[in-house]
Amino acid sequence: MPPSLHKVRTTRRRTDEATGDRVLRLTSLVTATLPFAILAAIVLVMIVSGSRALIYSGTNLLTGRIFTFGHLYGGSPTVHNGIAAPRDASYGGATLIVGTLLTSAIALALAIPVALGAALLVTERLPHRLEGPVSLIGDLLAGIPSVVYGLWGVTILGPLASRSFYPWLAHWLGFIPFFRGPVGAGQGLLTASLVLAVMVVPIIASTTRELLRRVPILHKEGGLALGMTRLEVVRAIIWPFVRNGVLGASLLGWARALGETMAVLLISGNALNVFPGNIYDPVGTIAATIAALLDGALTDGTGMAVSALGALGLVLLLITLATNLGGRLIVRRVAAGAALPVGRGF
Amino acid sequence: MRRTAADLGFWAACWLALALVVGPAAWIVIGLVRKTWPVLSVDLLLKTTAQGGLQNALFGTLVLAAGVLILAAPIGIGAGVYMAEFASQRQASLFRFVSEVLAGIPSIVVGYAGYELLAIALGWGYSLLGGILALTALVVPYVVKSTEAALQQVPTSLREGAAALGLPRWLMLWKVLLPPALPGVLTGLVVALAISTGETAPLLYTANFSDANPPVQLLHHPVGYLTYVVYDYVQLPSARAHQLANAAATFTLFLLLLLIVLSRLLAARARRRTEQMGL
Repeated sequence: MPPSLHKVRTTRRRTDEATGDRVLRLTSLVTATLPFAILAAIVLVMIVSGSRALIYSGTNLLTGRIFTFGHLYGGSPTVHNGIAAPRDASYGGATLIVGTLLTSAIALALAIPVALGAALLVTERLPHRLEGPVSLIGDLLAGIPSVVYGLWGVTILGPLASRSFYPWLAHWLGFIPFFRGPVGAGQGLLTASLVLAVMVVPIIASTTRELLRRVPILHKEGGLALGMTRLEVVRAIIWPFVRNGVLGASLLGWARALGETMAVLLISGNALNVFPGNIYDPVGTIAATIAALLDGALTDGTGMAVSALGALGLVLLLITLATNLGGRLIVRRVAAGAALPVGRGF
Repeated sequence: MRRTAADLGFWAACWLALALVVGPAAWIVIGLVRKTWPVLSVDLLLKTTAQGGLQNALFGTLVLAAGVLILAAPIGIGAGVYMAEFASQRQASLFRFVSEVLAGIPSIVVGYAGYELLAIALGWGYSLLGGILALTALVVPYVVKSTEAALQQVPTSLREGAAALGLPRWLMLWKVLLPPALPGVLTGLVVALAISTGETAPLLYTANFSDANPPVQLLHHPVGYLTYVVYDYVQLPSARAHQLANAAATFTLFLLLLLIVLSRLLAARARRRTEQMGL
């Protein structure tokens, strides 16, 4: 039902409105503007907090490799662009930005095929009565908190993988430099990507399932009647229908992975100032670094350290929002009214 | 022949994919429960974290969730009602856009902004209210969306009937639209509760953490919650601390499982109601 159908009363003159209606309209209008206010407050706080470090760093925030709060105790301050910071402070976010993009990109590359395969199997091949239990597991997977994924990654998956899977990978793919060992202790880029992949699969899979349900059944039956195998039906008939939607869903999953904090904080090894040398190396992301360093940043009397983390947060905010809105735009255009996946949990 | 082989191979790969989805979920849940089962005791529920239990953390999680419910329910439902009932198309799509942007903000950014604005600028320090507000900012979009969707799914015939009887809109909302939309609205609230139960990042620097029961005050006192115990205690080097982290994770998962089941029951109910009215 298009939402306009039931809005008959907009043609009525406001003066005729009953008192109860006016109260309801005005109070609900006030609450409707609150998300606006919250959003504005968050963005404003981030800009105000981050501005000093932004001015101090300039483009170094994006291109610099060294992120350090400097000598917090004693020493003459370093001055840049008219802003003073503790001696030798440098707020270069390049390694963190790369870490954020890399972990989430690898996670996405792993998650997309798995999500597509699982969604296809559930909608096309599995008997209907199994759909309930499977989607319950999807719900559960999406509902598991980030920190619990981190706990699993750091106590179970990481140690196990570094003993068995990673050496195997290094052995067979060792001819590619990035996959060559040493494989480390299980806290690093690949572990973070694996756990992130598990976290974004339900987001991509649930949207894809919705899209697959919208593929007209007659087209599929027609394909089968022509003697196509089911794989050929998927390739020639289903895929063109869902392609763009899958792209949008993937962007949504990516946005989630980009902003993920607690799991990455526990399993990425939280590297600073270095790019990962191979796929098993520790890596740092913006979100995890903010969470890890804010505590220590509070001891910087000039406030520059906190501001630097704010500036990083602003960068993260921009990257995430661009990805998220891109995804929503695509999904909305392709599947108007489809249940948009919920970005965070569930 | 080759086509059949490709077909078989493809669906085998799909089965593998499904196993890769189901496997980790089972692995996480079963692994956690197996580790926690032997150390479960009443002490976990009675002692505070300082004494080796989880009582204060569990209590803090519940209080935070209750606070989120008190704030997010009126805001989210009110906004959803406005969008479904009063807003023009353009207004509604603008509000929807804002809501989606808000939902897309990384939770650590919300936490950072909460710290700067509430703990520092307003001088609240680490506080219960700070934690509640940070979580509320995070969950409001979900309540808005489910309320709006639930109201829009009420059949037009019901609205027309109410209008034909000359009911004012507030009465129509209360008597005609709300009853069938209620399960949908409640589902949104359950999702909000689930998110607040599972989040950590927005709370780190707003509610911070306390390993004892804080005084009953909204401001100036840090509050404990389960997810922090998971995060912090797993990094401590003692087996005892790891047990506590596992137990806290199990408690969190148990709460979430309850909420997921609740939301499914509500969703099923919502579907039934819509079907009944569709006639």
